[in-house]
Amino acid sequence: MESIPILIVAIPILAAILIGFKAPARTTAMLAAIANVMLASLLCLKFDHTAPAGVFQFASSLAVLDQPSISLAFGVDGMSLIMLLLTVIVTLASLWTISDKVKSPRLHFVSALLISAGALGAFLSTDVFFFYAFHELALIPTFLMIGMFGRGENPRKVAWTITIYLGLGSLILLAGLVALVYHTPAQSFDMTTLLGSVVDSGAQKWIAALLIVGFGTLVSLFPFHSWAAPAYAAAPTPVSMLHAGVLKKFGLYGLIRLAVPLLGEGMAIWADWLLVLLLGNILFVGLVTVAQRRLDLMLGNSSVMHMGYIFLGIAALIASGGNNSLALNGALLLMFAHGVSIALQFALAGKIEERTGRLEFENLGGLAKKLPALGLLFGLGAFASIGLPGFANFAGELMIFLSAFKGIAVGDTPLAELGNLQWAAIAAFWGVVISAVYMLRAYRSIFMGDEPRGGITAGKPLDFEEKLPFIILAVALVVVGFFPRILLQYLG
Amino acid sequence: MTNLPWLLLIIPLASALIIQFALRQMSGTAALLGTASVAATFIINLVLLGQVGTDAFEGIKALHWIDVGDFQVSFSVMPDKLALGMMFVVTTIGLLVHIFSLGYMKDDEGKSRYFAGLSLFMFSMTGIVLADNFLMMFVFWELVGVSSYILIGHWFEKNSAADAAKKAFIVNRIGDFGFMAGILILFGATGTVGFVGLEEAFSAETLPLTGTLLTLGVLGIFCGAVGKSAQLPLHIWLPGAMEGPTPVSALIHAATMVAAGVYMLVRVDFLIAADLFSSTTISWVGGLTALAAALMATQQNDIKRILAYSTLSQLGYMVMAVGLLAGYAGMFHLFTHAFFKALLFLGSGAVIYACHHEQDIWKMGGLIKKTPITAITFMIGTAALIAVPYVSSGFWSKESILFAAEHTNPSLFWIAVFVAFLTTFYMLRLVLVTFFGKPRAHGAEEAHEVGLTMSVPLIILSVLAVIAGYGFFAGNFLPDSFHAHLGWDANHPVSHEGSKALIASLASLVLGIVAAIVLYRGKDKDPISIGFFKNRLYIDDIYEWVVKIGQDLVAFIAAALDKFLIGGLLVRGGAGLCSGAGYLFRRVQSGNLQYYTILFGIGVIALIYIALS
Repeated sequence: MESIPILIVAIPILAAILIGFKAPARTTAMLAAIANVMLASLLCLKFDHTAPAGVFQFASSLAVLDQPSISLAFGVDGMSLIMLLLTVIVTLASLWTISDKVKSPRLHFVSALLISAGALGAFLSTDVFFFYAFHELALIPTFLMIGMFGRGENPRKVAWTITIYLGLGSLILLAGLVALVYHTPAQSFDMTTLLGSVVDSGAQKWIAALLIVGFGTLVSLFPFHSWAAPAYAAAPTPVSMLHAGVLKKFGLYGLIRLAVPLLGEGMAIWADWLLVLLLGNILFVGLVTVAQRRLDLMLGNSSVMHMGYIFLGIAALIASGGNNSLALNGALLLMFAHGVSIALQFALAGKIEERTGRLEFENLGGLAKKLPALGLLFGLGAFASIGLPGFANFAGELMIFLSAFKGIAVGDTPLAELGNLQWAAIAAFWGVVISAVYMLRAYRSIFMGDEPRGGITAGKPLDFEEKLPFIILAVALVVVGFFPRILLQYLG
Repeated sequence: MTNLPWLLLIIPLASALIIQFALRQMSGTAALLGTASVAATFIINLVLLGQVGTDAFEGIKALHWIDVGDFQVSFSVMPDKLALGMMFVVTTIGLLVHIFSLGYMKDDEGKSRYFAGLSLFMFSMTGIVLADNFLMMFVFWELVGVSSYILIGHWFEKNSAADAAKKAFIVNRIGDFGFMAGILILFGATGTVGFVGLEEAFSAETLPLTGTLLTLGVLGIFCGAVGKSAQLPLHIWLPGAMEGPTPVSALIHAATMVAAGVYMLVRVDFLIAADLFSSTTISWVGGLTALAAALMATQQNDIKRILAYSTLSQLGYMVMAVGLLAGYAGMFHLFTHAFFKALLFLGSGAVIYACHHEQDIWKMGGLIKKTPITAITFMIGTAALIAVPYVSSGFWSKESILFAAEHTNPSLFWIAVFVAFLTTFYMLRLVLVTFFGKPRAHGAEEAHEVGLTMSVPLIILSVLAVIAGYGFFAGNFLPDSFHAHLGWDANHPVSHEGSKALIASLASLVLGIVAAIVLYRGKDKDPISIGFFKNRLYIDDIYEWVVKIGQDLVAFIAAALDKFLIGGLLVRGGAGLCSGAGYLFRRVQSGNLQYYTILFGIGVIALIYIALS
């Protein structure tokens, strides 16, 4: 069983290499993706629910360096299992969407597999060094794909911008992680050892700042967010799906996994700042999203906006000293839900562009008459993303909001005022109005009303094979929305 | 039997799913399945009503939706008389509207989509009514919003319908923002979202929250009702919702969903009673909505819009009653209004259908001769709406509201009386212009009576519009605690003979009838024109302006800031910071991106080793 996590990381890499050596690209990639879905399901079945929190199961380790102690180590706990499920599902769907009509499908498959492998490695690593390194590995094909096959006017410029931006963010993060490890007594990169130790309280403040900015940049925390929307708009569809859906969750995962439990004091110092920044994500970037006139840019910005809710969950966690299981559950559920829903939406945007050749709102309209199935699926994705009950996103958001208010009344004293966290949560909830505005506007201008002047051609109705990746993602959202326990059971 | 109430939720959901996924191409079967599903819930609900007060529902199963540590969000139902009485309204009108739709939507292209939408609505509305806690109610609150969105936008290829659907959803979300804020504040203070638990907390000696926060909590909850029940200033979506098919307007936008706000407030009336400022605000919002909407209604020409403004106005009455701590009167008026307003809307649907989709009352006329059943049933509904004494249901319920206002808030009482006058006036105008005089357009000349599937629901609703105000009937569906307030203890409706309320409402009725007859008898065009009322007090224009300036401009500025300041300054500034490194990069990369990125990866890893060793 210990070898399963290793296999999960190795399979996409092997598949990518085989495709490099002229193996049939689509078949190999799909087999790898399906194998990973099955292995992940196997881990779910064999997962020991009685194991105490913070224990990695299916753990394996290969020492790389003694001093400091670094090893190539994998393992799974509830948190990483949820991220693993997200990754394998989105990988399957994103590989499926790669059409043979694109320029160099082979390279598309290879890159998507490598991004997936990087994300899987990061989420399954139980060693901080490889946790970081795998994420970097995944960024490289991301940059390349945007630069080589990007859409829009100047994909190369976009590729350069995010390379520099994320490169800087990663360096700050690296400094933070190294400082973190070096301020514990054992100075070990092993996560279990690290999580069991105490970080010098004098150093906590600055390490926390480095991690918030470093991880924050990778998650597009305001004001370090402006790389994201242009990058997603320029990236080929499978890359947007994998990056926005999966890879971006790395930063959130890192904050929850390392920063919150290890830097209680340090994170608390920045808690109010974090509230301001996350409101920047939700309210400011929310308005930026409203102003967009192209579907891809709108989706990119909306994805930035929704990170604010997950940061709110992190803020609630910080406020409770890491002991708010509702906030933790809500944040992880929303990470999963957002990943699946944004992947679905980017996939649908890709399909709209493939069929009509356009993404500007003013050049679209009345599409639901021509492609009713696409209209229905887009509607599902839109409603999921604006937090409609029945979809996983709502369950996650609701838990986060409730967690901010849980237990604020003390004893029998009547509650007379709210803290900053609660006020920020109420302000953040205004996001439900903003997101309804931009998402319904988009639906209105793409699918409803008149056709654009000069008409629009959309081809034949979608066949089942085209619909399948969308259906996989939509079903995941609905099933988890109705039964959040399917995922949350692993968090104990 | 214990879990029988769950069927009320399961049946419509199953119907919606089956129609959506299996019967898309079989619209006839879809329509019948939808109708049968409502018939089933109607019967089950009657069975359940017979068991109220017994221990039949002891130990009813709850579904744990979210279960984290010491915290659960559960779905469980609360089948008390308030809920099941409301369910009687929902299933009765739902059934009649389904039957009416069999005729009205016979040849519609999207017929199965329409019936799937109706079933989804029945499911969501049932959830609101049966919910035993705020979160479950909020879940279904949002879902009725979606079904309303789908049904308003049924003819989505029409720009006006597409815009109206979007507007309805967004405006409702503004209300839901306040609703959720209220729920969160109450949850923070009491640790519970259940209605029973909250009532316990609020009946304790010290309230669980105080001061401004109490007001914010209660008014937050009220915001939900302001959105859903279309009160000022969020009333603007309801007239637009008339873009949907007329049976939908009857069911959702007149009888049931828009009344959900009132129902919710009655459900948690203990909250309103806890804060004087909130209750006063609520009563004034209701009173002013009643007044403003009635003024707007006097100058509309579209038959459905006149009825829509009248719905707003009547909802205002109900909300006012709730604010005056007379929830029993608000709920009673909700009950009677549901039947007569559904009747009026279905009647208007029959008129529109008969006149070949004409909605302008000035292009109708003389229809009493061409469509006598529609005309007579419509006039029975009108009699109930304008509260003809002793023979209409509306009289009893409106009287109970006026009576409550007379003793608690004289200013609101006189506003309510004036609204009663306006109501009589604009409804008589509608009836005179539509059904009397001579036909003023081709469609009205050619009109002929609608078929049985449409006329039978009209006749049944006319009967209900008369009897729903009497205690022997309504008493079966309204909680026993209301009966004393409504004078039903001896099974006699309250009359308040000699009270100011009775005299004033009789006087306003007579004045309204006289004014309408003098002004509109035999007229071919509107003799009066008041732009202020016709243009809905310019509120919609102000909104349009606010949205343009406020939201779009702010959004535009935000986007510009984002692009040039944050994107430009910070990114390029950040890049500038390491311009030295940049210079090196430029040397190394020599324009080859692939090569560079791989170098970058190697570089990062090398850097880590350097940092570590």
